[in-house]
Parts: sequence; C-alpha cells; structure tokens
Amino acid sequence: MLQIKNLRLGFTRDSQLLVAVDGISFTVAAGETFALLGESGCGKSATAQGIMRLLPTNGRISAGSSIQFDGQELLTLSEAEMRSVRGKRLAMIFQEPATSLNPVLSVGRQIGEVLVRHLGLTGAAARQRMIALLRQVGIADPERRLDEYPFQLSGGMKQRVMIAMALAGEPDLLIADEPTTALDVTVQAQILDLLAQLQIDRGMAILLITHDLGVVARMAQRIGVMYAGELVEVASREDFFERPRHPYTQALFAALPDIRRRGQALTTIPGQVPALDAMPAACRFAGRCNQVMTVCQQISPEWRIVSAGHQLRCHWTGAAEIPAATPRLALSEQASESPAFLSVDALQVHFPIRRGLLQRTVGQVRAVDGVALTISAGRTLALVGESGCGKTTVGKALLQLIKPTGGSVKLGGTELVGLKAKRLRAARRHMQMIFQDPFASLNPRLRVGEIIAEGMSALGIERHGAAQRTAVAALLLQVGLPAGAAERYPHEFSGGQRQRIAIARALAVQPELLVCDEPTSALDVSVQAQILNLLKNLQEELGVAYLFITHNFAVVEYLAHDVAVMYLGRIVERGKTEEILRTPRHPYTRALLSAVPAPTLDTHPAAIRLAGEAPSPANPPSGCHFHPRCPQAQDICRQSDPHTTHLSQTHAVNCHFVS
Amino acid sequence: MLAYIVRRLLYALPILIGVNLLTFALFFVVNTPDDMARMQLGVKRVTPEAIEKWKRERGYDKPLLINSSSSGLATLSETIFFEKSVRMFVGDFGRAEDGRDVAREIAARMGPSLAIALPTFILGLLVSITLALILAFFRASAFDFWGVVLCVAAMSISGLFYIIGGQYLISKIWRLVPISGFGDGLDAWRFLVLPVLIGVISGIGSSARWYRTIFLEEVNKDYVRTARAKGLPETIIFFRHILRNALIPILTGVVVVIPLLFMGSLLTESFFGIPGLGSYTIDAIHAQDFAVVRSMVFIGSLLYIAGLILTDLSYALVDPRIRFE
Amino acid sequence: MMGFEIVILWSDILIWLLVAASGGLAILIAKNPPLLAAWRRVGANRVGMAAATVLLAFIVVGLLDSVHYRLQLEGKPGTQPSYAIEVLSALDAMLTPLRTRNEKTYSEPFATRLFAKESIDLPGQGSIRDYPRLKHGGKHLGENEAAVAGDVTTTALRAAALALVAWLVLAALAARRVASGGSGWQKIWRGETDFAWNAVLISVAIMLLILVPLFSLAGQYHVFGTDKVGQDVLYQILKSIRTGLIIGLVTTLVMLPVAILLGMTAGYFGGWVDDLIQYLYTVLNSIPGVLLIAAAVLMMQVIIDTHPQWFSTVAERADLRLLALCFILGITSWTGLCRLLRGETLKLRELEYIQAAQAFGVANGRIIVRHILPNLMHIVIIALVMDFSGLVLAEAVLSYVGIGVDPSMTSFGTMINNARMELGREPVVWWSLAAAFSAMFVLVLAANLFADAVRDAFDPRAA
Repeated sequence: MLQIKNLRLGFTRDSQLLVAVDGISFTVAAGETFALLGESGCGKSATAQGIMRLLPTNGRISAGSSIQFDGQELLTLSEAEMRSVRGKRLAMIFQEPATSLNPVLSVGRQIGEVLVRHLGLTGAAARQRMIALLRQVGIADPERRLDEYPFQLSGGMKQRVMIAMALAGEPDLLIADEPTTALDVTVQAQILDLLAQLQIDRGMAILLITHDLGVVARMAQRIGVMYAGELVEVASREDFFERPRHPYTQALFAALPDIRRRGQALTTIPGQVPALDAMPAACRFAGRCNQVMTVCQQISPEWRIVSAGHQLRCHWTGAAEIPAATPRLALSEQASESPAFLSVDALQVHFPIRRGLLQRTVGQVRAVDGVALTISAGRTLALVGESGCGKTTVGKALLQLIKPTGGSVKLGGTELVGLKAKRLRAARRHMQMIFQDPFASLNPRLRVGEIIAEGMSALGIERHGAAQRTAVAALLLQVGLPAGAAERYPHEFSGGQRQRIAIARALAVQPELLVCDEPTSALDVSVQAQILNLLKNLQEELGVAYLFITHNFAVVEYLAHDVAVMYLGRIVERGKTEEILRTPRHPYTRALLSAVPAPTLDTHPAAIRLAGEAPSPANPPSGCHFHPRCPQAQDICRQSDPHTTHLSQTHAVNCHFVS
Repeated sequence: MLAYIVRRLLYALPILIGVNLLTFALFFVVNTPDDMARMQLGVKRVTPEAIEKWKRERGYDKPLLINSSSSGLATLSETIFFEKSVRMFVGDFGRAEDGRDVAREIAARMGPSLAIALPTFILGLLVSITLALILAFFRASAFDFWGVVLCVAAMSISGLFYIIGGQYLISKIWRLVPISGFGDGLDAWRFLVLPVLIGVISGIGSSARWYRTIFLEEVNKDYVRTARAKGLPETIIFFRHILRNALIPILTGVVVVIPLLFMGSLLTESFFGIPGLGSYTIDAIHAQDFAVVRSMVFIGSLLYIAGLILTDLSYALVDPRIRFE
Repeated sequence: MMGFEIVILWSDILIWLLVAASGGLAILIAKNPPLLAAWRRVGANRVGMAAATVLLAFIVVGLLDSVHYRLQLEGKPGTQPSYAIEVLSALDAMLTPLRTRNEKTYSEPFATRLFAKESIDLPGQGSIRDYPRLKHGGKHLGENEAAVAGDVTTTALRAAALALVAWLVLAALAARRVASGGSGWQKIWRGETDFAWNAVLISVAIMLLILVPLFSLAGQYHVFGTDKVGQDVLYQILKSIRTGLIIGLVTTLVMLPVAILLGMTAGYFGGWVDDLIQYLYTVLNSIPGVLLIAAAVLMMQVIIDTHPQWFSTVAERADLRLLALCFILGITSWTGLCRLLRGETLKLRELEYIQAAQAFGVANGRIIVRHILPNLMHIVIIALVMDFSGLVLAEAVLSYVGIGVDPSMTSFGTMINNARMELGREPVVWWSLAAAFSAMFVLVLAANLFADAVRDAFDPRAA
C-alpha cells in the first residue's frame, strides 16, 4: 500500500545539505505492521516526517525520491491535495504526548477538527463519533473527558487521545513515531495492546518507528533496520529474530543486557555513528563492524536477497551469529556476607503543598513515604519503579541533596539526617552520584579536567595542581577516555562519553557507594552496553557499591545483586535478584515484569495488565497504595497498610495476600 | 477563583505601602523641606522667614515622623508622613502649587488622557499583531526578512521624530487637522486623529517584532506539527492553534499597561496640548510642583498594581491550566 | 607651547574603566572556547559586523571626547599659572575650527549668508535690510557667492577620490590579512571568510565616502548649518555622541552588579531571601519609569542647586548631573534583568551539574561563581547590548521633558529640544533637527542591528 523508492532527504544548514536519509526503499502492505528500527540519529523519524511531508522548514526531499500511497505519488501532490491525505488516509502519532497536544484547546475540540476537516461532521453527530472514538481507545467516561484539557489527563491518556485523533479520519495507514518511548512500561503495554487490537479491528497498516527490540517483537510483522540514514536489512519477523544477518543487527541483539548473559560482559559496538557531514562513501557501518573486510571500506554494498522477504546490504556472507566469546565477568558474590555499609530506615521525603491566602500548608506530596533498604560494600542494589514513584528522590535524599523529612540514613554508623554541613562534607567522599541526563550533568563552561577535579578540591583530597592533573589523567584512563580529554569541553563529547566523564568525576573522591540514577536511560543500546560494562568492571576493580536506580528490568538482571521494587513512595518487594525475577510475589512486581516486552519470538505468556496509571503522590490511596490498580484487591487492602512479610532471609514482600 | 483574586489584592497592599514609603523617603528625606523651599524661592535671595512661610503654606512645617509637641494619636497624625503620604491611601493628594485640589484635577484630566490612550492602545495592538502574524506566516522568506529590517529601522527612530514629523507634515504642510488642542464632545475627533495615528505608528516597529518572535516560538512546537498531521490548513493552524497559545505571553506584556492608560502619555499630550494627566505631569515637572509629582507616582503605582492583578485574571481567560486550578 | 592641565571628570573615569574592562573581557573570552565560539558567530554575521563598524566609529569619537584638559592662561612669568574656566577635550582640539568659527545666529547648510535679515550699515549709503554675509561660511569664495555649488562639488569629488584610495589601501591590507597573494581578495568578496570582512569593508567604504567629503567641506562651510547662537551643528552632533554613549553604557554598567547579584541570590537560595528581593523589585517596578525618574531627577536638581560650592566648572556640574542620571536610569531599569536572571538561576539550580557540585559539598558561593554565573553570562551580554539603543532614545525624551542632562551639555536631546521651538518659524529652521534625528537614527539603528547579531549568536533559542 505504501511504497517508498529511493527516498533521500536532508536538512539545509549554512547553505549545505546534510543528508539524513539516503536512498531508502521499502513497502508496507495493507493491514501489516512494518517496523523501522534504529538508534537515535539514524534517520527513522525523518523518514516518517518525510512520508507525511511534515519536515521542518529546512528539510528537503531530493528529486528522484518517490513515495507512493495506494498507487498515488505523494511527492508530486500540491500542498492542498496533500492536506486532504494527511489526517484522512495517512495519520501519525508522536513520541511526546505531553507536548503534541495543544494545551489550550479541549480534547473534544482537537478531535473534532479532524471530523470537520475530513468527514464534514459537526454538532451532535460529531460528538457521538468522538465519544465512540474515545471509548474505542479505552478512555473511561468519554463524555466528561471531551470537555477536559490535556493538562487534566495523564501521560498514557494523552497518548490515547492522540490515537483517537489519528483514528478519527479512519486512516489506512498509521505512522507511529516511538509511540511509547515516553511512557512507563505498564502504560506502554496498554498502548501497544491497544494499537495491536485496533489494527486487527480496522485492518489498518502501521508503520512503527522504534529503537526498542522488545516493542518490535511485540508488534511487528516485518522489520527494516536503519543505520546512519540507510536501510541495511529488511526481514520478516521470524528471520529477524532467528536469523539476523547484518553484523549491525546481530550486534544490537548482543548488546542487550539479558539474564542469560548475567555474569558476562555485554558485546558492545565500538565507536559512534558517523556524523551527517562526514559519512563514509562505502559501507557506513564498516568503521564499527567486527566482520569488516577491505572491500567494506571501498564499495558501498548492494542489496542482496538472502531468502524470500529477507534482504540485506552487506558484503559479509558469513552466517554465524556473533560468538559470545567475551571474557566471563562473574558478578562478585563474595561480598554478600559483609555487614550493611549503608542502611536506610523509614526514610520520608515530603514536599508541602501550599494553598490559600496565607500559603498555608494544606497537604504533602509524599514522594518518599517510609523507605527502608540496606546496601553492603561492593554489591549492587537496584531500585526499580516507574516514573514518579520516588526512586530518584530516594537517591538524592541519601546524599542529602534533598533534606529528608524523617527517618534515618546511616553511613558506616554515622547518622546523616540532620548532620551539620561541615560534618556532612566529610561523609560526602564516601558517597557520590551519577545522573540520568549526560547533557545536563556537566557544566558546559568548564573543561573536563576541571569538572573531574572539582570534587578533589572541594573535599580536600588532592589540592595541588600537578597531583590533580595526574589523578585526572588516571581517572580518564580508568573510564576509557584519552588523557587529552581533560583539556576539552563537554560539548565535544557524545552522550556515552559524557556519562564516562560523569563517572570519572564521581570516582575522583574514591567513594564506596555510587548512586546511579538511570545512567543509561538516555543512551542508545550499543552505548548503554559500554557504560554497563564499565560500571561492572569498576565494581570488580574498586569494590564500589551501587545503588542502581532504574525502570529497566533487563539492566537489573544483568547488573544487580539485590532488587527493591518501589511503588508510590514505598518499597513493595525486595530480595535477591533471582528471587525477585524468578518468584515475584507482589502483584505489582509481577505486573511490571510481565509488561516488559521481551526481544524474542516466543509468544508472550498471558500478561498481567494493570489498569490505569499510578496516582499522584500528593493524594495517595488509603491502605495499600497499590489497591486501585491491583487485580487481587479486596476490602482489607483499602483499609490497612500491609505489613512486611519475610519469605526468606532476603526476600520480603508488603502485601496482604502473601504469607 | 475568588480566593485567588482576594489573595492577589492582599498581596498588592504591601507593595503599595512600599511605594508609599519609597516616595516619602525620596521627597522628604533625601532633601529636607528647607532645601526644597530654598530651591523654589531661588537660592540667592532667601530669608529664613520666607522659608518658614513657604513651608507653612504647604503644610511642610510639621515634623517628619513623630510630632512630640502633640499628644495621643496626634503625635503620629500631625506629621508630614501622615498628612502627605498616609492620606494618599484615602485619595487625599493635597493641593498643587497653584492652590488647586490635586485629586479633583486628576479626576477631570483622566477623560482626555483616556480619549487618546485607549484608541492608540487598541489600534496599535491590532495593527502590530496582524503585522506580526503576517510576518510569521511568511517566515524565512524575503518578505519576512525585509519586514523585520523595516521594524528594526522603525524602532530606531526617536519617538520625538514621529511626533514632530507628523505634526509638521499633516498639520502644517497639508493642514488636514489642527496642530494641537482639544475639544469637547464629538468635535474632539479632529484633535484626536493625529495623536492616535502617531502613537500607533511609533509603536509598530518594536511591538510587531516582539509579537513575531513569540509567534515563531510557538510555530516550532510539537502541537503545531500534530495540527499539520491532521491535514488542517495553515490559516486554521495559525488562528486557532498558534494565536491562542501565543496570547499567553502577549497578555503578560499587554494587560499590565491597560490601567496605566489613564495616565496618558507625557510626550503626546504635551505636544498636542491635550489637557490630560500626561501634560499635567509634565507641567508639574517643569514647575517643580512636588505635590503633583508625588501624587502621580502614587497613582501610577496603584494603576500598575491593578494591571498586575488584571494580568493574572486574563491568564485564566486564555489558559485552561490556570482556570481550573 | 601653551601649558595645560588634565581634567579628569567622573564620567571619563567610568568610560576608560569600561574600555579597560572590555579589554579584560576580551582576554577572558579568548581563553574560553565556548564564549569565543559565540563571538565568532557574531563575527560571521554580516549585518551585525557592518553595524559594529559604524558603532566603532561612534565609539572612537566618544573616546576622543573623553580626554579633558584646561588650557593655561597667559599670565605674568613667575606667578602661579592659572587655567581657563572652559574644559576642552581632545576632540575639541581636533575640531578647533569647527568649534571656534561661530556665526551670529542661524544659517542654512552651505549658506554664505545668515538666515535672517538684519540692518546693515553700508559706509556712505546709510543702512539697508539684507541677509548679512557669514563670517566664516564660504569665506574663501569672497564676493563670488554664486560659485558655492561648483566649489562644493569639486571639493567633494576630490575628497571622495581620496577616500577611495584610502579604502583601497585598507581593503588590500584586509585581503593580505585573510590570505597572502590574490586569493585573499577573492575569498573576501565571495564571502568565504569566517569573519564577515566583506560587510566590514563595504560599510567602511560607505563611511569613508560620506565622512571624508563631509569633513573636507566642513573646513569652509557649515555643512549642517548653524544654530541660534551661531554654533556649527556638525560640531554639536559630534559632541552629542559622547553623551549618548555614556547614557547607553554607563547606565547598564551601574545596574549590572546589582541585577546579577540580587538575581542570582534570589534564584539560588529561594525562601525568604527570594521573597525579599522579589518584593524589592516589584515595588521599584510598580512605579512607572518616567515618573520615578522625574521624581529622582527633581530631587537631584534640588541637591545640585543648593550646593553650588561643590562644582568648580560648569562642565563638572553637567558631568555630575549626567552620572546621576545614569544612576537613576540604572536604578529604574535593573528590575527586568534581575527578574530574568532569577528565573534562569531557578532553572540552573535544578540542573544536575549543580547537584553534582552540591554532592561534593562545594560551598554555595563557589557554586554560584563557578557554575551559575558563567552560564548566565549570555543573558547579561544580550541585556547589555539590547538596552543600549533604548537608553539613547530615552535620553532624548527625558531631555525634552526637562529631566534629562544638564541644559549646558550638548546631547541629541538638548539639540532637539532647542531646535523644536524653531519649527514654528517661516520659513522653517529644519537643519538642526534633521541632523540630530539622523545622527541618532544611525547610532540607534547600528546598535539595534548589532544587538540582534549578538542575541542570535548567544541565545540558542532565538531564531
């Protein structure tokens, strides 16, 4: 139905055309889901925008490109003609539901626009239709929601409204550009289910743009892999997951952390994607490929058909998967018996809500509401939870970056809560933090050397210039950066490299505990593997303990000794990684685990789907916080907060139905 | 909503008190009444008796803050601070140098000021926003480029030039309307056309450019892309989607000046001989009439604070996020 | 050789401090690649660089006008030397003919006779009413007053030719700077240089072609006419430049430290400190600017008038009043920048690199200096250049209202104010007004265009 031939588009900058997508061709048949898979910057989103002809003003589609939709050439249509295709036969949903809806127009107004524009529906008929649409995308109480504004909806609900808007014109093809990337896993599972169901009901084709192999496995019938503006492999679902042929595709699989590779180093793809203005003339992956041959650096490979429906652009004809011949890197277990190095008890962080004439405190946002955990030297505790559950606040409260409202944080016997600034400073060298966003965590105005040396100066570890420089050079080496990096500025480094700098900065004061706040969530899979390997190596060498804050179970499986699962300010289950992953007992843990789409062909086990989304911590439900979404909830859950049940020495659950 | 308004009103009170204290300090502490008398009477030939007389006539002969020669509440009330500053809160502004009651004068002059300022404000807003919308609509084209250059050139011209040039060209050379003056009733329009026209033209450059920047900031937002993906025509995208969102930052700068329109414009009114508050202020400055200047400062702040409250209320009109809080 | 005594006015000190500060800043920028990159972007902006060239010319005039001295009066040898009451500047010295060759009253540009008829005593013929011959304008022509047009044209053309030669030399130097051999010339005109040489050279060419003929004519004529007391208008324009520059630059400079300090403190510490600072600027902000300025200037006027003993010369009094005006303008205008900086600091405070520093226990003061201030600099620089043009325009309005600079100080505002009265005359005296408005327009336009270039280069958000 959609036939793209030799699509080439780019962006002009300083009267120079930077080609973002270079001659890709693929087709999407009616009623199928075709996934375009690739890491950030590979041109997959630009392709989607190009198909809709919605490129930004500096975007250009080169002559010779062709986009045929139902036999009609889209690129030669006038803008007015194209407008009657957009939203009618070709609809699109975007990554950020929060910003993609107009904040000052009501939901009904925004959906109604499509009905008026493409179906000529107005008034009561339109309203009926809108209510039906909202119901179809699983929004409860649609009559009321129609008159609400986007800010009154949760993230998942906004994406549902976006989908309803896209469906309003009854399109034949839906382009979904990373539709679930900004959402939590439990909500992602809901949205993916919804899309799959809609596709079956309507026989609509979907072009799914994603970077997530798990989402691909859940949704796609055919897959196209993009790298640096080119399509490198197109395969059916079976071929893609069982017989990936392109070294890049294989490397993507190998770089995914997985329980099966627990204790091994992840395969990484060295280096980075080439920049748009410095694309190699031959194979673009040659510089990072582990099968590279001389011909790869001279001639750009042509399309080659491997089997029916499976084609790739690669000179290498070997079939073997990348051997997992990486050195074994066992998770060190010897430290498990050592006494707790950090123990947190009944930790509370409340933020006051002020209202009224005199700004009286009328309530509390209970971001963290009674959290207890312990970390032993040299071990990794993963703190898992969805966004807004308070896990980052826990991390910052441990370091006293946010003042806890109550509870205790003991570091090697010293109570940190309420400690005077001066005494606190002494404790700071034992604990440091690595932040989520590698772009916001380094001051752009300082040299890398100054950034790394800051902690040493502040904590009085190494004050002299020469000694500091030596220490910085050693640290850079340790995190795998050249010593020359010290003289450069953060903007010269990629996301992964910046995260290495952040790690070096934290290590500079030789801490015993590192709080890692989603350190890889902003990175591509291949880079994530590099950082995870680095963290693991550092633990081996230095015996540093980690509190690893994450929402990604795959990373937990790979890296953590112990796991604590958090929901709405409280820990609901904790234990050793094996215990939590193999025998989860709390309904929330189970739902969370089953919501993670696995990057495998296996048919998914009957997934537990959670309804709705986590409520606001400003107004938590009574009793067990989880009861409104819990499939097993009964009266007792609404009335009383469950006690902790110890299932083993390490495994503890807070649920009324576990005993 | 009501609590919100009441809170804003209560918040205004300390600010007004601050303004009051500040003006009191400026007018009575920086220079003593003696200094002012000496200055008004001429430095050279001044006798202590003349100074005393000058002070007594204006009620400046009392102590500043505490009158120890009185008793009871009068120790506080029979002072310059109470009589000149505190009484402004109840609308008592005292008398001007010419002996007239300032409050009455102000009430009489608000009308003419408003007659100029209001049409200028509304027309200026319409013209600038329209122009900015057109520029933003044709963004990154040659039309847009030269439009912006023209705006920058227009805002580089002194406001005095617009007035002097306009008066010279339209009134003196073409003799279309009277050069200055003010009339009553319907006849007033002949006197209003030119100042309003000049007021609108002299403001276009900077405001059109500012609004254009606001529009351009909205144009690149995600929700605009969504609107395009729906197949909506550009005109609807601009008027329904972009304009509504851009109104929020535009209102911030615009609503706050609405109450200040009562104050009129110093330049326009004095050039065109409009008997409004602007020319009243300028005359007072020229005559060094401290009582009038002090009153105008107080009223100006009062109106500004009213503008701030209005701005907050106007947000609620265009932004549902505030309306439903 | 006559002796002289250097006079250092307060505003001179500030101006030269400003020059020193910009020199220091330039060194700092050269050492900091991100800042240098931003200034390189300014340098690549053609419109911005053309504007900067024009601004530079204004600044040179202003600086020349900021070296003051008093001439020694001729006295008996052996006695204590005494100095003239009049304070002169280096610019005055260079423009001595323009400064001293005053006519009696108004004369039109390039006129040879006064603008108004007067009774002239002719020896032996009694008195007649006629336009008297000017003392200086077109004096070299003698009786041949009809030759003005021809003389002006030839002088202008000759000067233009000279200007062209001078420009060619400059352009050749620039080409050699870009690259040796002929390629530099080609690179410049094809726009292949990183720095916008072509824009700079074109604006230099235009300036030379206008200014060289203008000044070569100014020797013999009053090119912009003379004013009521017969002073050359061109001279007044040149003297006004310094006033404009001081108002535009010193004002921002005096308010910067306050705005930066309070803005950062409020944003970083929050709590009651924030409340207090917000209260302070809301109060100041709620008084309409003109009225606050009016009130403050009136009060300052009282102080100046009641303390005549403080000033030894008129120039000193005018200078102090100018500075006081700058301070008053500064006090009324810091609130906007302060609010902007507070908001930005609030955002920065939440950034992870600040938290990383806090996790190391870095002291608050050090965090502010190392992490917050450098990341606010772009806002400060943008504010500095954006405010300049507005202040120059404001000076004219304030001087008209009577709360601007001292009436004895030459400024665009006082020029306009004096000339405005004469618009009612028939025929109209237009030249003074036209010259003042044009000069101010060129200065403000150049400043606005340069400000736009700076904002584009420093603000990643602005289009």
